[in-house]
Amino acid sequence: MASADLPSNISGGVRRPLRHDSAHKHVSGEALYVDDIAIPADALEVYIAVSPYAHARIDSMDLSAVLADPDVTAVISAADIPGTNDISPVFGDDPMLADKLVEYVGQPVFAVAAGNRDAAQRAADNAIIKYTELPAILNIKAALAAESYVVKPRILKRGNVRPALSDAPYRISDSFYMGGQEHFYLESQAALALPREDGDVLVHSSSQHPSEVQHLVAKILGRADNAVTVKVRRMGGAFGGKETQAAGYAAIAALMAVKTGRAVKAIPDRDDDMQTTGKRHDFLVEYDVGFNQDGRILGLDVMLASRCGRSVDLSHAVNDRAVFHVDNAYFLEHVHIRNYRCKTHTVSNTAFRGFGGPQGMMVIEHVLDHIALATGLDPLQVRQCNFYGDGKDNRSTTPYGMTVEDNIAPEIVTALTETSGYHQRRDELKKFNSVNRYLKKGLALTPVKFGISFTTTFLNQAGALVHIYTDGSIHLNHGGTEMGQGLFIKVAQVVAETLQVDIDRIKISATSTDKVPNTSATAASSGSDLNGKAAQNAALTIKQRLIEFAAKQYAVTADKIVFENNKVFIGEHQLSFDALVKEAYLARISLSASGYYRTPKINYDAETGQGRPFYYFSYGAALSEVVIDTLTGESRVERVDILHDVGHSLNPAIDLGQIEGGFIQGMGWLTCEELFWNDSGKLMTHAPSTYKIPTAGDRPLHFNMELLADSPNREQAIFRSKAVGEPPLMLAISVFRAISDAIAACGDSHTMPKLDAPATPERILHAINTQRESA
Amino acid sequence: MRGQVRFLLNGEMHTVRDASPTLTVLRYLRENLGLCGSKEGCAEGDCGACTIAQGEIHNGRMRYRAINSCIQFLPTLDGKSIVTVEALKNTDGSLHPVQQAMVDKHGSQCGFCTPGFVMSLFTLYHRAGDHSNIDRLTVNDAIAGNLCRCTGYGPIIEAAQSSCSEQPDDWFTSSEAQLIEALSALDSDQSLLYEHAGQRFFAPHSLAELNKLTAQYPDASILAGGTDAGLWVTKFKRQLDTVIYIANVAELQQIEVSSEQFSLGAGVTYTDALEVLSEHFPDFAEMTRRIGAEQVRNAGTIGGNIANGSPIGDTPPVLIALGARLILSSCNGNREIALEDFFIDYGKQDLRSDEVVAQIVIPKPAVGSQLFCYKISKRFDQDISAVCAAFLIELDNQGVARSFKAAFGGMAGIPARAKHLEQALLGQPWNEQTISSAATQLKLDFNPLSDLRASAEYRLQVAGNLLTKCYLESTGEVGNTRLFGSSRHSYGKR
Repeated sequence: MASADLPSNISGGVRRPLRHDSAHKHVSGEALYVDDIAIPADALEVYIAVSPYAHARIDSMDLSAVLADPDVTAVISAADIPGTNDISPVFGDDPMLADKLVEYVGQPVFAVAAGNRDAAQRAADNAIIKYTELPAILNIKAALAAESYVVKPRILKRGNVRPALSDAPYRISDSFYMGGQEHFYLESQAALALPREDGDVLVHSSSQHPSEVQHLVAKILGRADNAVTVKVRRMGGAFGGKETQAAGYAAIAALMAVKTGRAVKAIPDRDDDMQTTGKRHDFLVEYDVGFNQDGRILGLDVMLASRCGRSVDLSHAVNDRAVFHVDNAYFLEHVHIRNYRCKTHTVSNTAFRGFGGPQGMMVIEHVLDHIALATGLDPLQVRQCNFYGDGKDNRSTTPYGMTVEDNIAPEIVTALTETSGYHQRRDELKKFNSVNRYLKKGLALTPVKFGISFTTTFLNQAGALVHIYTDGSIHLNHGGTEMGQGLFIKVAQVVAETLQVDIDRIKISATSTDKVPNTSATAASSGSDLNGKAAQNAALTIKQRLIEFAAKQYAVTADKIVFENNKVFIGEHQLSFDALVKEAYLARISLSASGYYRTPKINYDAETGQGRPFYYFSYGAALSEVVIDTLTGESRVERVDILHDVGHSLNPAIDLGQIEGGFIQGMGWLTCEELFWNDSGKLMTHAPSTYKIPTAGDRPLHFNMELLADSPNREQAIFRSKAVGEPPLMLAISVFRAISDAIAACGDSHTMPKLDAPATPERILHAINTQRESA
Repeated sequence: MRGQVRFLLNGEMHTVRDASPTLTVLRYLRENLGLCGSKEGCAEGDCGACTIAQGEIHNGRMRYRAINSCIQFLPTLDGKSIVTVEALKNTDGSLHPVQQAMVDKHGSQCGFCTPGFVMSLFTLYHRAGDHSNIDRLTVNDAIAGNLCRCTGYGPIIEAAQSSCSEQPDDWFTSSEAQLIEALSALDSDQSLLYEHAGQRFFAPHSLAELNKLTAQYPDASILAGGTDAGLWVTKFKRQLDTVIYIANVAELQQIEVSSEQFSLGAGVTYTDALEVLSEHFPDFAEMTRRIGAEQVRNAGTIGGNIANGSPIGDTPPVLIALGARLILSSCNGNREIALEDFFIDYGKQDLRSDEVVAQIVIPKPAVGSQLFCYKISKRFDQDISAVCAAFLIELDNQGVARSFKAAFGGMAGIPARAKHLEQALLGQPWNEQTISSAATQLKLDFNPLSDLRASAEYRLQVAGNLLTKCYLESTGEVGNTRLFGSSRHSYGKR
């Protein structure tokens, strides 16, 4: 088989740095997003009116003046929902429109449809709603004090922490806070609903999870799932923000479309989107750690509390993943993690690239730097001293009972230490800091070990659909969605490789619930692992039929049939792929197949918190060098060196794009991106004028990244590749740790800086002040 | 007066029909014309997804500048040549060099910001002058107004450097003569009155006409670059019945340099002002380079930065420190006031309803004096200041502060001088000791707010620290004091 000596001769097989399949349409403005789809002239647009209060009872709601506005076609509130008023992914606790109670500023209360959104908004101002304000819990500390949780706290423990702590030669503790993050997908949430026969509806949704949108739209309409079709051609960015958050817009548009019999768009403007939709969870952390003179952790007790907002959404799973990543790449023999999932009267926080993993890893990286300062050891040495073992020794089991069989963190870190010149640069930095009074530099090298698979085991399944037409051209469809991450091109490469045909024969098509049903969200970095395998299985099914047909037709055994470079070798015979397809069709062989895949080996018991939630781990490491201005608190990342593991890359160009993009996004989370709520619980940073994601100028001037060479996935993942969507984001923890390192240089160099995230100029200056006071 | 708004759209003459004068260009393109390549990411000029190129004849050549179409009112296009992403491809259907480079370098992922980046790169591609020095910083500036959430920017920077490092050669250069001819034929040198459904949009061409209009329509909204006024419509959903657009008023476009002073017309864009500022006030230019980004600076004006009365505009503190004066113009003639007196209180300026800010007059500082400008924000590019500071210092031979002016933004409801601070330093030796004791005076000068940009404590501390930084830089420790940009402070030669 050709796969033995990849890459093969076809154009566009796996491991080629192919461009994004839509690149030529992106650059010419021809790529269509939901808001670009041509619509009937009588189409309507929706404005969604929201709660001005963080917590209030709705005493009365009079929308008659809204409906009376001549521009308005329809108005809906909770009372108008024919089905069940719920758009939650799991727990049944997310009303599409508020019913009697509002629980955050920005919560949808009613919706208005008019010829355009501005007219609908003007009319919405005429609503008369009487609220009675109720006491609001707005942050983690208040929620902890009130024991206000969306789901019950979880404890993960191994070994015996108390004696481990009390017997340890050294023991330190600290606390810190890390803020949340707005996804800031460039395309806001978007849905276009088109009424169909029988009261059915077709929804174009900018969603990572078309099956769930389908299900929730049907639930709202009070119809069966088969009355609803959801299509997603592409999203203008998502990052987790369109996993559960797209459903409300789709459901409102669908209900309005069914009600009015007209096409309806529900697309919020940027400010409304940012007020109404969930974000990355902010976390409050406390820890108590015991260690020896080598810096090895002997016992660790962690309190990890997150702000979940008004409902669960995916907070249970986000927090699980945070807990699963407190270890990062390090063995924790005696560990105790208390995790609180706080209910607050703020927007329900949701999935965001990393899904709690980044917050979990922030804990241990903070702890290790604290140990380094306390011991005076080099922070890199402290990290290396705590790494997991080789999978066979007694330092290879995670706190949740999974053996780390594929640990390559030590070798990645060693290699990066060499190529980046870590030790020499550490010396230079000390020199710089000793002669510079106002500018200080910091350096940090941090590893990433990220678990791949949905921790909710049943989600690890996928489907695909492949047709081969009689001219040999191929139609490819699968349950994964394209949000810019290059999933579609990767899966097409898999099919091209499998069938040994050029990739330009393959037509990539929009994700659609009527082609591949019951799909999982494109999330958890699993897109190409799951859908690549499903599509490969579909292609293999057809290929097998072709082989069986050819074997019979040409009277050879199956092992004499080889597909290679658009040709098929059948014993002595040689046919073009097209010709074989044509012959098979005439012989009445089916040229269409669905493919299915479920991830093997995984199991996890949520009750005991033990099992193997992950098929494998993705690894990487980054060294960041920063400089801070101790007069202003400004910071700048000067240089970054990254070595990252993607197994055998399906597409190195796409993978490098994910690594760089993920890193910069993580850097934004930890530096300039600050969510600010006022005392009434209103988000004040709700547009790019006030919420600052990195710009081109923030990209470090020196940015070196490499894929780890010759490192196939040890598991049988698609062509031995590894998932790449989320792990690189956590490489940016090195930036935050480097800033902390620079602040440490302002004091006695033994005191742990009191730095919360994001490290804005204000937070850095504050930490410097504290550092100087303690020196 | 002409009544029709006409412009070249992708090389073709286009006449606006049936559209509100406060409709944004982006919505007109997308909703009225079905040109959906340009995207809405924020509707406030901060993400650049809507970027289009605006072409004008400049010194006999076509000059293209990037603007945010999401906050630009439609009639401001009158007499201009507009290029959208749909028109870039070569006549044979192949991709434009900047498009091809974006494809080749993997510069797009989700693709939503991409058309905006492509248009910013298109203007960089067409930039006048030598293209052999398109370095990283030039590229950063060219795309600072375009946000990308996917790529991390590296591939886009590479695409920019690879495609813009040669002299431009595309269908816009080959048809430049025809474009100039078509643009000249639009006879846009006449004043414009565009009316639609009870809304009026005036675009006078002379100050006399403008004065007449402001007298006649005291409630009119005065529009210059629209980088603030555009948001009144897109964000605050205000209905503007009468708009008077001042960017075509010839007198307000003038930049004059005499032996005593610099005079900037209120309609001069930041981009145009930068040329003169960088020659005479490099540190002021460096700060101006950090106002908004390319698209904002190409439309926004210093006059607008003053006239909108914002407490966090970046130029007023610098201009106040420089002792700038304003010429306010009306039918009753000119009135000249000191800029610092223009700002009375938060939201209140010394400006009658029939007056417009016509000119900003900056007296030339004494030779040997030094100007230091600082902008503190969460992000270096395209951000609004938490604190903005400007210091103008003149030392005598003994190193005593003969003259010292300090002005701040973000510290009060208006941009204002720190008079206690100034008093504490005036006539004092310029050294670390006097500086640190003078800095304590700032809390007498200001009682700042805490808000989303910074807390009161931070603002006060950093204001004092900026004085320290100014001192350090004045002693020559330049290059080791700033993380971003470079600075040169001396005015004239000693």
